Amino acid sequence: MAAYPHPGRPHPLPTTAATLGEALREQGVSRRGFLKFCAATASLMALPPTLAPAIASALEQARRPSVIWLSFQECTGCTEALTRSFSPTVESLILDLISLDYHHTLQAAAGTAAELAREQAMHANAGEYLVVVDGSLPGPRANPGYSTIAGISNLQMLRETIDGAAAVVAVGTCAAFGGLPQARPNPTGAVAVSDVVRDRPVINVSGCPPLPMVITGVLAQFLTFGNLPELDEYGRPRAFFGQSIHDRCYRRPFYDKGLFAETFDDEGARKGWCLYRLGCKGPMAYNACATMKWNGGTSWPVEAGHPCLGCSEPNFWDAGGFYRALSVPAGDTRGTLFAAGAIGATVGAGAAVLARQRSAAAKAERTPVTAAELEQTL
Amino acid sequence: MTSMDFLLFTKGPLFQLALTIFALGLSVRLAEVLLLGRRHNYAEARGGQWLPGLKTVWRRFYPDPGTFQRAPFDVLVGTLWHVGFVIVLLLFIPHVELIKATFDIAWPALPNPVVDAVTAVTMAALVAALIHRLRHPVKRFLSTREDYLIWTVTFLPVVTGYLAYHRLINPYPLALGLHILTVNLFLMVLPFTKLTHIFTAFIARWYNGAIFGRKGVQS
Repeated sequence: MAAYPHPGRPHPLPTTAATLGEALREQGVSRRGFLKFCAATASLMALPPTLAPAIASALEQARRPSVIWLSFQECTGCTEALTRSFSPTVESLILDLISLDYHHTLQAAAGTAAELAREQAMHANAGEYLVVVDGSLPGPRANPGYSTIAGISNLQMLRETIDGAAAVVAVGTCAAFGGLPQARPNPTGAVAVSDVVRDRPVINVSGCPPLPMVITGVLAQFLTFGNLPELDEYGRPRAFFGQSIHDRCYRRPFYDKGLFAETFDDEGARKGWCLYRLGCKGPMAYNACATMKWNGGTSWPVEAGHPCLGCSEPNFWDAGGFYRALSVPAGDTRGTLFAAGAIGATVGAGAAVLARQRSAAAKAERTPVTAAELEQTL
Repeated sequence: MTSMDFLLFTKGPLFQLALTIFALGLSVRLAEVLLLGRRHNYAEARGGQWLPGLKTVWRRFYPDPGTFQRAPFDVLVGTLWHVGFVIVLLLFIPHVELIKATFDIAWPALPNPVVDAVTAVTMAALVAALIHRLRHPVKRFLSTREDYLIWTVTFLPVVTGYLAYHRLINPYPLALGLHILTVNLFLMVLPFTKLTHIFTAFIARWYNGAIFGRKGVQS
């Protein structure tokens, strides 16, 4: 672990505490507040409540892990979400208390000093540090010049950095699935972290941005158990991404009753009915927004009256329009139907005309035969 | 391919392809049927054609008593799943949304639990119809591969829709993608099989009523 003070260390904390427990106490976090956080983490990770003390003791003893945060093709929204949560929460303190050795937005160092910090952290914590990536990166076949840091391409920096990493956490939908940069027509050939990292475990914490608690929850799990959480088919922690927004939505009873907001200002919208018809992607989006909410549990998009965009899912930018109902197909359905119908009708009409002509021609060529003529042929 | 890619493929390019095959195939057949018309009738007309034709289109919805007595199972179960299928197709909210987005027309839909119950009945009736077809010696003899094919492509959208609604397949994009895939199959098969009766049955009924109407008799 990099020693403090450190040239690249963002947010220099007035602490010399070696463990998280000591540092939290120095920051004025009460034992009660800390245990509450541990209980919430246990329940969020679908662990029995009896494990909360175990989490607490493990976290208290945990050495501040080194984290290298790589920001590639991203908008800094993920970092904003994490650092500008409602108030200094236990989560944000825990994040302060990891040894965040490299982070563009948060570190004071710049240029050569910043890159030096990354290299130092890599050498000092070889095989143990966590790499957090936010943002997608130009893939192996793309022009690397689309995104570089200190003259190093994103792909090269990622490959170098993960060499000695214990695990890689892809934070945000861009890092997890390609996100906005990868949306059609994907001019920079952007790929997700898991597309290029095959030899290290990759945990996807998707969302645009992801819930801060999910990021810290993953870190807490890593610190507590020294292993990675159980992942779903998209490599996301099942504890947070196991259920769909739709299944946890407080507006679900209105969906079942068939009561919908048709526009953003009708009676249904005012009464808080289901937003399916306004394009809500809740049924296909797996995330914890409906249960954990945002801004310290204040609200979340659906509660604010806006349909879920499904931002935690792959390809959500290209999934057929934010304000079109989930069942509406992508593409010009009416155009296809009418164009194909018109061509078909023309072909059908042509076939009918040909058949009539053939019939008329046969009629014209017919030579009547009398019974007497027929008898003569016998 | 992730389940999301699968969903986007089935409701994007594959749906457009299925729709093209459906619209092309069906319009070729319908245009041919309608433009070929009937052989010219030189006899003097004793009545109109249009009204009797339309009346017959409606009246054929009622089974005649003889048919019901001979085959009550076919009439009951057949009606049950046909009506169920149409209700589920046209009165389920997500389906109404699809129609609205395509044609700019919409109508009130049924609450989801009602559609859910109708779907369950439709599935049960379809299974019963298949068992009956397999167990009845005459029906089994008369059944062709095409009959089993159209039973399958009709049953699959219903069952996958039910699974998707109840989220019995995870993740949901896979469930929805499977449902749309089976619908695409239905659309692609429709113009080239007996499924065209969805459209041609009404033309046939009209011709039937019109011919009798012209002769001055009830059909």
